[in-house]
Amino acid sequence: MSWMTTLSMWFIPCFLLIVLVTASWKKLPSYELFVEGGKEGVKMAFSLLPFLVGMIVAITILRSSGALDALIGLLAPVLTLLGFPPEVLPLALIRPISGTAALGMTTELIQTYGPDSFIGRVASTMQGSTDTTLYILTIYFGAVGIKRMRYALKVGLLADLVGIIVSIVIVTLVFG
Amino acid sequence: MVNLIWACMIIFGILFAIFNGTMNEVNKAIIESAGEAVTLSIGLISILVFWLGVMKIAEAAGILKVITKIMRPMIVKIFPEIPKDHPAMGYILSNFTANFFGLGNAATPLGIKAMQEMKKLSGSDVASRSMITFLAINTSSLTLIPTTVIAIRMQYNSTSPTEIVATTLIASLAGVTSAVLIDRYYYKKESRRK
Repeated sequence: MSWMTTLSMWFIPCFLLIVLVTASWKKLPSYELFVEGGKEGVKMAFSLLPFLVGMIVAITILRSSGALDALIGLLAPVLTLLGFPPEVLPLALIRPISGTAALGMTTELIQTYGPDSFIGRVASTMQGSTDTTLYILTIYFGAVGIKRMRYALKVGLLADLVGIIVSIVIVTLVFG
Repeated sequence: MVNLIWACMIIFGILFAIFNGTMNEVNKAIIESAGEAVTLSIGLISILVFWLGVMKIAEAAGILKVITKIMRPMIVKIFPEIPKDHPAMGYILSNFTANFFGLGNAATPLGIKAMQEMKKLSGSDVASRSMITFLAINTSSLTLIPTTVIAIRMQYNSTSPTEIVATTLIASLAGVTSAVLIDRYYYKKESRRK
């Protein structure tokens, strides 16, 4: 499975190459465009700040009090039997509900277990591969005034479940 | 719902600390972790600026349009109720492309436009089949490069912050595929009942 790590490594530089070659070919002001887009990145990082502070403090309280470990210890026998790493359960549960809360949890997991640990990799993959189902349904249905969602929530949550399971399986397969 | 979860996490943590005798650790955690979260957010600026800058060039260079064109035949099949040249189709495609490149801020207004066009097609306040399919795909987030996650991994000294790009792509592909399949299943189930 080493080709997959190679692919991950080559991906960004090659994409950058294609973008810049195309832009230069079309005689676009690449540098100016870059700076213009970059400004949005600054705004984005600052808008994330209060969310991350709130969520990381809450999780750290749970962890340092010993409550999180007690809860995980309680569920561990069942989850391990299913092959589900108990440490990522809180993340899996909050992922469909709130994107920023999940981001905070992913950060805390990476910080506690290390980015290159099994848990760190599963958390990274999970965070990147599913989106906040409840938020999306609320925003989009709300924006156009849909009153009956029918089976939309069921589909969204089941797809999240598949994404979460596949995240664990694929990280196990690739990184062992 | 998030409000309740957030408050409960803190309340439960503090109550647990009272009985567990870990109040000292909790007290320390509150002050230190807030500082750490700020440091982290500032650290995220580097990669967010870089990626959104590159994406701006990609957009101007027409790379997003090429991707839209490649996806079109497939997307048309997924939405059988929308006429091929209807504006809804255009918005759906642009929304998927923007999401694919991690441009969440650009994707949302396009998505809302798509929903408005789909509402014109159905003409009722009940979710139509196309709307549900559209949102099902949106909730499984097919993203080319998970920028924020890479940035966080960098902050905590990963030896290879981008090593999760391929696993993320595969997991989200599985998510999108199953979203489409599960959506079909429920649609057929519901139309059989009628």
